[in-house]
Amino acid sequence: MAASNTNAPTSDVTPVGAQAEAEAHRLPPAPANNPHSLAASVRDAAIAAFLAGVLGFFFIGVRTDIAPGGLDLRMRWGAWIVSILVVFAGRLLLNIFVWKTDKPITRRVKTGSGGMSETVSKTLKYALLAFALILPFFFTTFFPGKDRQFIDLAILIMTYIMLGWGLNIVVGLAGLLDLGYVAFYAVGAYSFALLAQYLDFGFWLALPLAGLLAATWGMILGFPVLRLRGDYLAIVTLAFGEIIRVVLLNWYEFTKGPDGISGIPKPTFFGLELKRGEGGFADFFGIAYDPIHRFIFLYYIILALALITNLVTMRLRRLPIGRAWEALREDEIACRSLGINTRNTKLTAFAIGAMFGGFAGSFFATRQGFISPESFTFLESAIILAIVVLGGLGSQIGVVIASVVMIGGIELLRNLGFLQQVFGSGFDPVQYRMLIFGLAMVLIMVWKPRGLVSTREPSAVYKEKKRIGADMVAQGEGH
Amino acid sequence: MSGAAELLLAVRGVETYYGNIVALRGVDMDVHRGEIVTLIGANGAGKSTLMMTICGDPRARKGRIVYDGMDITQMPTHEIVSHGIAQSPEGRRIFPRMTVMENLQMGAALVDPDHFDKDIEKVFKLFPRLKERIAQRGGTLSGGEQQMLAIARALMSRPKLLLLDEPSLGLAPLIVKQIFDAIRELNEKEGLTVFLVEQNAFHALKLAHRGYVMVNGVITMSGTGAELLKKEEVRAAYLEGGRH
Repeated sequence: MAASNTNAPTSDVTPVGAQAEAEAHRLPPAPANNPHSLAASVRDAAIAAFLAGVLGFFFIGVRTDIAPGGLDLRMRWGAWIVSILVVFAGRLLLNIFVWKTDKPITRRVKTGSGGMSETVSKTLKYALLAFALILPFFFTTFFPGKDRQFIDLAILIMTYIMLGWGLNIVVGLAGLLDLGYVAFYAVGAYSFALLAQYLDFGFWLALPLAGLLAATWGMILGFPVLRLRGDYLAIVTLAFGEIIRVVLLNWYEFTKGPDGISGIPKPTFFGLELKRGEGGFADFFGIAYDPIHRFIFLYYIILALALITNLVTMRLRRLPIGRAWEALREDEIACRSLGINTRNTKLTAFAIGAMFGGFAGSFFATRQGFISPESFTFLESAIILAIVVLGGLGSQIGVVIASVVMIGGIELLRNLGFLQQVFGSGFDPVQYRMLIFGLAMVLIMVWKPRGLVSTREPSAVYKEKKRIGADMVAQGEGH
Repeated sequence: MSGAAELLLAVRGVETYYGNIVALRGVDMDVHRGEIVTLIGANGAGKSTLMMTICGDPRARKGRIVYDGMDITQMPTHEIVSHGIAQSPEGRRIFPRMTVMENLQMGAALVDPDHFDKDIEKVFKLFPRLKERIAQRGGTLSGGEQQMLAIARALMSRPKLLLLDEPSLGLAPLIVKQIFDAIRELNEKEGLTVFLVEQNAFHALKLAHRGYVMVNGVITMSGTGAELLKKEEVRAAYLEGGRH
């Protein structure tokens, strides 16, 4: 059992005697020609810069323009030199901090004992929750000029958090790669919009129905794909997402096709509309009307919906069904051999995940007041999936971080006007958002292949019963 | 073993196919209550297929499988398991990212939760090492521990019949001995019926009350473990070179 002993928690024991000596031998004195020295780093960076100069001379340094009667050559020395400098600086920084250092910054930070990191993550969770609860007032107090914009952004991020949490049930817990999650989002949105248009339903009445309808569609999708896994499942769910969108687009008489549905009612606060004048929310409570009320109200609705999603997921994880989802992700054959009904387990995962997607869709419809099939393209599915994967499959807090970074990050690009002074007036950072998006994904996957939060919290712990029987004491084991 | 023991599992004329390829060509086999029965044979003989067919995945195309008086031939796997057949599948197939505790909980998925505390103490007694590893992820266990976990997980479902597929696969002789000792203990103390599929013919036949030899999807020989061990054909085919 020698192999198993490596797992024993002995790593924190300080080496003594012979072991300590062996450790000392492993760190030889720095050789004269230390590859980690600054000079070596600079030399290496200089070589890289030289190569960049040679390679980039024709690509960057020379520009051809079509001129009357042929091509016109133009030298761009500035750009060429800048590119060389960028390569030099980049290579030097990488050398100093990552490649040629004794302490690379990419080296895994030694995680403390389980208890320590758990407290940290717990504290972080409660801090985030507390901030989420006071967020609208935080913005109205500290950013009175921009509060509307910020709260609107918070609503958007919160919607993606909710979608991420919903998809996390299907992809993160049950391990069913679903590329068509946006279909349920669309079903939820259109359920509410159509119920409101044809039957005059309000938001609160339509919300459960939209969730139910989305769950039904989840089951309808679930049945044909029960036997599929991995890539095949992904393809079929992708197709399903597109089918829903195309149907919404082409069923003109019912859904108004590409024109979309407008005039979707706003949610009411226990029957009170958030409007100006008589009978409105502000009038009832005797406060001055302010359009920000509606944003704050919408924010709290999506926060509540998202928190419900999270609570339900966390609760389910501790129940047999949630455990079965995770086991299904790990090994389907083992699940079946343990008597798990894999069909029902998958269907519940699809249905519950879809239901939360439907709720989020209804909210989206009421927030926008207008929906059209354009809002439910594959790109949405991809973004939601990216949030789940980047956050760390199955991690709830990871989804929050990834949503804030990705959705918030894209919005942040709109506020980088100062970059125009650097890159010229035609530069619009928003145009590069997909490039940055992709780059961020590649980088995260390189550094943290299992997502930002890759630790998985066990759903159950073994509580040892301290039973000190006479037989144990006799053998001296009664500790 | 008394000869008049009650029949727990009867396999009659079972034929199983993978697509058009025949894997089992009419297998007959009996397992009595309280017995350890082993099935030995070369790679690809169909041993694992028989075990999986008993669990209904794949289904038998012909023949009948009767367990405890019930015809389970056409039953879905999860129902078969709910009637008290537990399986430790080939290659262990523990849940690598879940803890030992959660793996054991999955084993007890179909059992009244009231039994859980008592049952888990029982498997800890059998495999004390699992208790030390209780909060560890399944994937971080050594091969022997994973095998113990796979058996323990199967035991958590309170089976009447335990199916084990090559528990000795890839394990050091000392660990194989530990695991086989545990199987013997379960059989002797708890009266658990065990059906053991093995390549390690020598150990399996020494452990088992009775054995079957499978070649190309048919049973070619059967008898008590000791009888089979003495047979020249068995020795030549499965033991020479394998014995230590």
